[in-house]
Amino acid sequence: MKKKRTYPIQLKVNGELKRTEVYAGETLLYALREKLDHTEVKEGCGKGDCGACAVLLNGKAVNACLTLALQADGQEVVTIQGIGTPERPHPLQTSFVKHGAIQCGFCTAGMIVSAKALLDRNPHPTKQEIKEGISGNLCRCTGYKKIVEAIEDAALKMK
Amino acid sequence: MEYLAPNSLKDALILLKKWRSRGELIAGGTNVIPAMRAKAIKPQILIDLSHLKNLSYIREEEKNIRIGALTSVSEIASSKVIQKNAAILAEAARQIGNPLVRNRATIAGNLADASPAADSAVPLLVLEARIIVEKHKGKPKQIPINEFFMGPNKTVLKRDELIREIVFPKPVPSSRMVYSKLGLRNAMAISVVGVGVLAEMKNGKCNRARIAVGAVAPTPRRAHGVENLLEGQAVTEELIDQCCEAIQKEIQPITDVRATLEYRRSMTSVLLKRLLQQVFSQGHV
Repeated sequence: MKKKRTYPIQLKVNGELKRTEVYAGETLLYALREKLDHTEVKEGCGKGDCGACAVLLNGKAVNACLTLALQADGQEVVTIQGIGTPERPHPLQTSFVKHGAIQCGFCTAGMIVSAKALLDRNPHPTKQEIKEGISGNLCRCTGYKKIVEAIEDAALKMK
Repeated sequence: MEYLAPNSLKDALILLKKWRSRGELIAGGTNVIPAMRAKAIKPQILIDLSHLKNLSYIREEEKNIRIGALTSVSEIASSKVIQKNAAILAEAARQIGNPLVRNRATIAGNLADASPAADSAVPLLVLEARIIVEKHKGKPKQIPINEFFMGPNKTVLKRDELIREIVFPKPVPSSRMVYSKLGLRNAMAISVVGVGVLAEMKNGKCNRARIAVGAVAPTPRRAHGVENLLEGQAVTEELIDQCCEAIQKEIQPITDVRATLEYRRSMTSVLLKRLLQQVFSQGHV
């Protein structure tokens, strides 16, 4: 059987240069999780409905499941781990913990990535703008109220 | 599957001509990747257009607005030029998918996918946009958008053609335009019904009317019968009611997972009534 062709790519993930080989139709999500050990990026629906796989691609929040790994070649990817670390958490992360905005935690990584993108372009969003900003992210625990409050509070703290 | 990423429009057109039967174009990927995952399409070659950065632009000219094929839906939604000249398009763009999808999805992708519920098509129909199509060694074609869609997921585009640009004349500053989409929720909702209205007034009468509907026919389409009823008339509540009846002759909705045929029929008239009241109120009726 003919071997499937692979292509070399190079990504900056959370500031670190990473190289790997990917197939033509392979998604950025698959490459991040299965080849680069970035399992903090979650796979939910795999087709753009849930936002669990949200990452920042050149500063813009996108679904990693709707982006080809090859389309991210040479670009900058930031995952939840690039937003903050346990030692130096981002105000959004601190706020999510403080407000109990994390229940099962599966949506949290994508939720914070979307919130980060929102605050980057609009540091003082209204409640409605926050809801719109995270409208691509589903929380099956339905903890939206606390999530919105956590983002509101983080925006205040970042003033 | 193989991957090709042309760096110029010319190269893209050559590749498209060469591989047209086995290739699939991909740009934002928001339609193509889920379709590959669902095995609805099985391309042998992916031709990635996302490197053609010079096809991402919004240009304001004296008479026209030009939008590059690869302009993302979020860029259209937040563009000052679009908000000022074609608020209806910015409004529709703001309601496509969700913020994550809008950052990837392109305007040409939304059109080329030719969903009967394509949200960008309704405003572009009332704006009378033309779609500039290129092919290798051919003259660029200008296709009026009302001749572009052939049926669900079918357009007049041939396998070796691609969209380069969308262009539409700037509406006169006094024109009013409104858009309304009925979805089953606020985000990530495929339209159950979409309606767009653009009207120009002159001496208290409707001088020009453009009306389009989405998700209630095999393609997004204009409602010429309703436009004819409005043009040249002083718009009254009675005339608005007549329009809401007349629109029923212009649509052929179906029943699907999102709504029944009857509900779509009923809601098309409801949305049209709201929009016409909005457009023709404020001292104009």
